[in-house]
Amino acid sequence: MKRQVPIFLVFLCGLTMVIQFFVPHDYSDVLFQYANDFVIVIGILALPVGIYSLMKNTVNKAMRDPKERIFSALTILGFLVMIVAGLKREWFASSTSLSSNMFNYVLVPAQATLFSMLAFYIASAAYRAFRARTVLAAVLLVTAFVVMLRLIPLPEPVATWNAEFVRWILEVPNMAAKRAILIGVALGAITYSTKILLGIERAYMGTD
Amino acid sequence: MAERKSKAWYDRMLSVDRRWIYLIMGLAVVVPVIWEMYIPVTESSEVRDVYEFSDDVTDGEIVLLAIDYDPSTMAELHPMTEAILRQVWRNGGRVLLSSLSQFGPAMADEILTRIAGEMDVEYGVDYVFLGYKPYPAITILAMGADFRVPFPTDYYGNNVDELPMMEGVHNFDDVEGVIALASGTAADYWITYGNAKYGVPVALGVTGVMASDYYPYLQSGQLFGLIPGIKGAAEYEQMAGIRGEGARGIPYQTTSHAVILFFIVMTNVAFFARRAAQRRR
Amino acid sequence: MEGATTGELFWGGIAALVTLAIFSFLYKDNPVFKVVERIWVGVTTGYWTMLLYHTSFTDKVITPIFERGQYFYLFPVILGILMWFRLSKTYGFLARYSLAFYIGISTGIFIPLTIKTAILYQLHGTIRPIEPTWTGLMFALAFIGIICSLSYFFFSKEHKGLLGVSSKIGIYTLMIGFGTGFGLTVMGRVALLGQRVSFLHDYIASLLGALF
Repeated sequence: MKRQVPIFLVFLCGLTMVIQFFVPHDYSDVLFQYANDFVIVIGILALPVGIYSLMKNTVNKAMRDPKERIFSALTILGFLVMIVAGLKREWFASSTSLSSNMFNYVLVPAQATLFSMLAFYIASAAYRAFRARTVLAAVLLVTAFVVMLRLIPLPEPVATWNAEFVRWILEVPNMAAKRAILIGVALGAITYSTKILLGIERAYMGTD
Repeated sequence: MAERKSKAWYDRMLSVDRRWIYLIMGLAVVVPVIWEMYIPVTESSEVRDVYEFSDDVTDGEIVLLAIDYDPSTMAELHPMTEAILRQVWRNGGRVLLSSLSQFGPAMADEILTRIAGEMDVEYGVDYVFLGYKPYPAITILAMGADFRVPFPTDYYGNNVDELPMMEGVHNFDDVEGVIALASGTAADYWITYGNAKYGVPVALGVTGVMASDYYPYLQSGQLFGLIPGIKGAAEYEQMAGIRGEGARGIPYQTTSHAVILFFIVMTNVAFFARRAAQRRR
Repeated sequence: MEGATTGELFWGGIAALVTLAIFSFLYKDNPVFKVVERIWVGVTTGYWTMLLYHTSFTDKVITPIFERGQYFYLFPVILGILMWFRLSKTYGFLARYSLAFYIGISTGIFIPLTIKTAILYQLHGTIRPIEPTWTGLMFALAFIGIICSLSYFFFSKEHKGLLGVSSKIGIYTLMIGFGTGFGLTVMGRVALLGQRVSFLHDYIASLLGALF
């Protein structure tokens, strides 16, 4: 019961959706519509599990390490402020409310700045690791160099040649490489999904 | 100290403190921001295709603009949103917006409030913001059936049926196409679940990091256009005659790319000099 | 931020402090960075919780069941609640029923659409008549690149002979693809930094404008 029923359910639901794809009919469209809607509802109700886990980890961390307490308290405070500030839908959706201001002036700058630091790390990586140690590495390096050169104002006709060459790189070898990866990944994903439908792959169920 | 003195020039170059690299990189960005300038960009066909599509959205026609990015990528994608909104509204077109990123709605609301105020367009008539739903793939599929399935109410809590613009607008058949400004897997979902399932024309605005991955879809015709990163945004603004954040970004892109290219050259010169010295020894 | 109000200057000041606090990590990890980072985690989670509540839970659970009387929505609600048992060691297995429903539907939709998008349409784009023109030549080159790159991923046979040659061409093609990716990545990362610097520049200018 603990394993066989879920495996059967996966097979049944999956097969129904595959058949629905090939049989366009009003009934199958209604089925498809409700199946989608039900999945959204399940997903919405599953998300509190993630929020609970984050809060539990924060509290546990604070219990274990006294130095962490102030930081954990700030996480919980930030969480509670946003809950209270967004309790009513008009507060939450208003562009001048506390909730919106916290979003625009705390969340946005913090997240944007965290990711902006990658510019420094990529510069450091370019300096420390981007070396033509082998022919393959040299091919990668030269390609990246030519692509980046497109943002430098070069004298004519070099600028036009470079722009044309980059266009060729993007549309021919880059396209070929990315398409091969795309097809390869798709074949892998389809195989994996088929194994799930047939009950061969069961990792998603976890252990008893 | 003695050991430091005995180091060859190439060894010193190859082991430079990372903070010097950070400082040079920081200056390469700060200086062009302070001394504002304008550098024109070469235009590409994939951006022009999106521009021409948006330019044809006129006289009450509707384009679906998907705000599927978050603050970590807004630097590249927000200028695209702004330019597209201005262009479509300028031509009398209407915009239906949705968001599949959890941070998209508030950013969309911010930009809509700002630009709608400037351009004198009315909510519910010239644009509707459907809001956010989790699980992008399922949401796109549900939108294909009827926008009301995933979004019975809009972001502000209004019943979608009560908004004048939504009269007779049910699914992808009722919009001219989708321009998805996406920073993650939502871009793939629009291709797989929007284009392949429902046949709606899709164009993408993506980050520079993602851009090269979407050329196969462009070649196969699954995408009708692509705006790649901040350069794509600057190209779009140039075509639309808008001076926005995309164009503002090009000068520091130029200086920082020059710095990185310089780093690559220098580190390789030092690397080959060391290799030659080791061989001689 | 031209002609900013006191409120905008106040909140802009908070955003500027948040930006500088995060940048301080570039020197080294420090308590100021940690304070802002932790507040950000809390604010993010709180925002997301309320977003889900207002835009999803209300629309998809409260309205259909309590306002429209569509009681069959109780079925996915029960399945959704079963997901919470994932946190229990004893009743964790109950979450599998809802997970099975979710995975079954998602997988059933995914398989045919992925075959169509990532295989059939891609093959359709690859296999076309080759004309004796410049475009035709480029098309042939791309075709060779794709076949060779795919052969690099074929591990059922040793990469020797013809397969060895094609996989060699394949890996070079892939390297060009990765190089292109890196070249464009720099643009993305720098854009983020530039945006933050532009924000600080604009804020300082508006603050000075308001003060003097």
